[in-house]
Amino acid sequence: MPASKARLLFSGSDWDFKKLSQVYEAIEEIAVEELQLDVYPTQLEIISSEQMLDAYASVGMPLMYRHWSFGKHFLYQELLYRKGGRGLAYELVINSNPCIVYLMEENTMALQALVTAHAALGHNHFFKNNHLFRQWTDAAMILSYLDFAKDYVARCEERHGLAAVEEILDAAHALKEQGVFRYQRPPKLSSEQQRKGLRERLEYEERSYNDLWRTLPASRGSSEDQNQAERKKKLNLPEENLLYFLEKNSPTLEPWQREIIRIVRVIAQYFYPQRQTQVMNEGCATFVHYTLMNMLFDRGRISEGALLEMLSNHSNVVFQPGFDDPRFSGINPYALGLDMMQDIKRIATEPTEEDRDWFPDIAGSGDWRRILLEAWADHRDESFIRQYLSPALIRKWRLFLLVDGADEPHYKVASIHNERGYEKIRSVLAHSYEVGANRPDIQVVDVDLLGDRHLRLQHEVRNGVLLEDKSRDDTLRHIRRLWGYEVSLASVDAETGATIADRATSQIAG
Amino acid sequence: MPIFIDRRLNPKDRSLANRQRFLKRAREELKQNVRDEIRSRRIAEVDAEHTLPIPKKGTGEPNFDDAKNSGRRERILVGNKQFAEGDLIPKRGQGGFGSSTPGDTASEDDFRFVLSREEFLDLFFEDLELPDLVKLSLKEIVAFKPRRAGFTQSGAPTNINVGRTMRNSYGRRIALKRPKREDIETIEQELAFLQVQPPSEAIIQRIAALSEELERLERRRRKIAYVDPVDIRFNRFEPQPLPNANAVMFCLMDVSGSMGEREKDLAKRFFVLLHLFLQRRYKRTEIVFIRHTHEAHEVDEETFFYSTQSGGTVVSTALEEMHHIIAKRYPVSEWNIYAAQASDGDNFFSDSERCIALLDGELMRLCQYFAYIEIIDERESEIFGATENGTSLWQAYSKVAGRWPNFQMSRIAKAANIYPVFRKLFTKQPTIGKST
Repeated sequence: MPASKARLLFSGSDWDFKKLSQVYEAIEEIAVEELQLDVYPTQLEIISSEQMLDAYASVGMPLMYRHWSFGKHFLYQELLYRKGGRGLAYELVINSNPCIVYLMEENTMALQALVTAHAALGHNHFFKNNHLFRQWTDAAMILSYLDFAKDYVARCEERHGLAAVEEILDAAHALKEQGVFRYQRPPKLSSEQQRKGLRERLEYEERSYNDLWRTLPASRGSSEDQNQAERKKKLNLPEENLLYFLEKNSPTLEPWQREIIRIVRVIAQYFYPQRQTQVMNEGCATFVHYTLMNMLFDRGRISEGALLEMLSNHSNVVFQPGFDDPRFSGINPYALGLDMMQDIKRIATEPTEEDRDWFPDIAGSGDWRRILLEAWADHRDESFIRQYLSPALIRKWRLFLLVDGADEPHYKVASIHNERGYEKIRSVLAHSYEVGANRPDIQVVDVDLLGDRHLRLQHEVRNGVLLEDKSRDDTLRHIRRLWGYEVSLASVDAETGATIADRATSQIAG
Repeated sequence: MPIFIDRRLNPKDRSLANRQRFLKRAREELKQNVRDEIRSRRIAEVDAEHTLPIPKKGTGEPNFDDAKNSGRRERILVGNKQFAEGDLIPKRGQGGFGSSTPGDTASEDDFRFVLSREEFLDLFFEDLELPDLVKLSLKEIVAFKPRRAGFTQSGAPTNINVGRTMRNSYGRRIALKRPKREDIETIEQELAFLQVQPPSEAIIQRIAALSEELERLERRRRKIAYVDPVDIRFNRFEPQPLPNANAVMFCLMDVSGSMGEREKDLAKRFFVLLHLFLQRRYKRTEIVFIRHTHEAHEVDEETFFYSTQSGGTVVSTALEEMHHIIAKRYPVSEWNIYAAQASDGDNFFSDSERCIALLDGELMRLCQYFAYIEIIDERESEIFGATENGTSLWQAYSKVAGRWPNFQMSRIAKAANIYPVFRKLFTKQPTIGKST
């Protein structure tokens, strides 16, 4: 080891740009050398706590169009922070190319180093390599798109008034959950130039379209059934992406309103992969920072004091209280992700008999780096847990399965960490990370375009879980605003196919 | 090599626009909160920042969400200690284990946010339907005039205080033993004298010593500046509010049984408005609360608004008490006296005559302004509207109003009626000092 390398990267707790830069380079070198990480170029931005709060309020993005709901979230966050109820994140990272990492100015040098390893390398590698992000998001485009969105919304406000724009945004926000393509790859973000051309064309069509010019005779004699089938085919029904459907097919919206819906939809789609990969993303980043910091220490590049400070922060981050602890608020994705990845390393290097039974492919292969790199690239939370949660970890975490029927007076412990329970626990835990399966499944099933333009939605009721009445009514009202005509929602039991409830906007007061 | 961007100096308040939008949206509910806040606050505290609960109505963000109390769910939990397969755990109330999002469950009181003074006054004024010009003059901070206030080490070059600077410079030069011009001149003279003498060993040595000394002194003079930046002093000015005068505000209120919650609430807003006005105009404002039934007492604000007292109604007692207090504590030469009276108009007939006498005789000469509001039922407001007949007190005061231009009176049934009483007050240009 050359003498210059054995020098400490920093001492003391104050940071400056030179130290940050040295630390980044040292960390990146090890990360590429030892873990074979592959990252976007990094842009490190220093922000103050107030700016961090700002970023929180606008869903973590550096640019965002204006809306009152962001103001509301800012107030909540600010309160929590001011009351000391919640600390701020040390960092925030944005899936973009170059990858933007926010560092808080209050952090000590040791913390900045930790955060750099966590975000600028861990998250960054994950964003660049995970297949969900590669296929579903355009890291290079997102910032310029947000810039366009912000401008566009502002221009609409000038032109059509704040209230009109707010009305559309409110309605579109209500359908954010139903505004993503889950299975089909969304169309690529087109460049601003193209969008502009498209918009102009739409506006022209809107102006010049006149139904009187229709010269084709209506087809006769087709039966009602055939009609319906044809209609559904034409409109691509059923459609799970409600925002997309409304944007393309609403009979009442103007072009600028469609564009605003599109903006909300594009942003929702951009975040969809992040929601599917919480455990993996945080696990990857945590595993990377933990491994890199220890390597730095082993090479004599950071002091014991700095390492202790990092470890203290690290253990706060991966703290997992038990279910009966007042601090329990579900499974900590940082903790689960890190433990699973360390468990994979253990299985690869020091497998037990049990591991050889469960993971014949990787047990004892020794090459934990390759296994992890592949896992980070190929999986999302659901598939990762389904494939790699080991019995050893289930025992370590003492996981158990609780069944809760709304009409039963008891919770039932269905499985615990024993031979009979492993498979079931693993499968249920994996399923609970399936974003699609955990949100209400609502689709557009039919629309009467020639008659009263009644839009029919269907909610597939799984395990008897119904929709909350008030928010359902409010949301339906928003859909009606976008559609312009009657909207109804039928709740259909997924197993029996029986219709449980039917709610139409005409039944909702106000 | 990563790219660094230091964003700390970027403009703050990026979320300000969003905040304003949020407040606008929640306006109705905020206004109700502001009303409650005014009801519970002291009059003098209205003009400040306020902490209000975050509004809920109209700011919901609905989406399709599962109903918590339906269907069958499976959950994986952490940290099993004693459960075995098949165990049944009784449910404790509703909700079950953990996992609640803060925003939804915490009670409304937990989330309070700070409304700035401007935002608060905006909402307060909206109810009172004040004309814009008045709103502006109420919100504006009084003009300031700079007043000399000692010295400071930094400032604009035009404010340099030469005398003080030179004194500091002199002191420093003495302390650091800066060589004087005269000392150098003496040495130079001696040198010049020696240089024309025939050279000898002693003289050469003396010249060398003197030259060295001269050089040392010159160096020292160069090192120790004549005027150093640390010597410089600037005149310091302190902004001082312009209308440098005192005002006292008398709040008079009938607290007999006929004044209910609504009446008191309206009266309070009437008082608050006058107080806001006075605070703008005068450096120091004091408030005196006088409540009366058939006898009058000076009380504190708490008692004034919240405690009830039974008895008849004799208005003149309050006026007498006010007169008494003015004589005792507020000499007219030092204080601007404002009075605001709220009542439901009940009074003994004979007493109304006495009120006229009191006002005409002394009080109106002492007062800058006397505002009277009679709080009536909204139903009555249509009947009484503009007519001159009414309660005995109203009729009596009408006569006073005719004689004195600084006496204003009005019947009010809702908050928006309050302002006209003050119209005259607000149209006046700010008076500085005591007008006679």
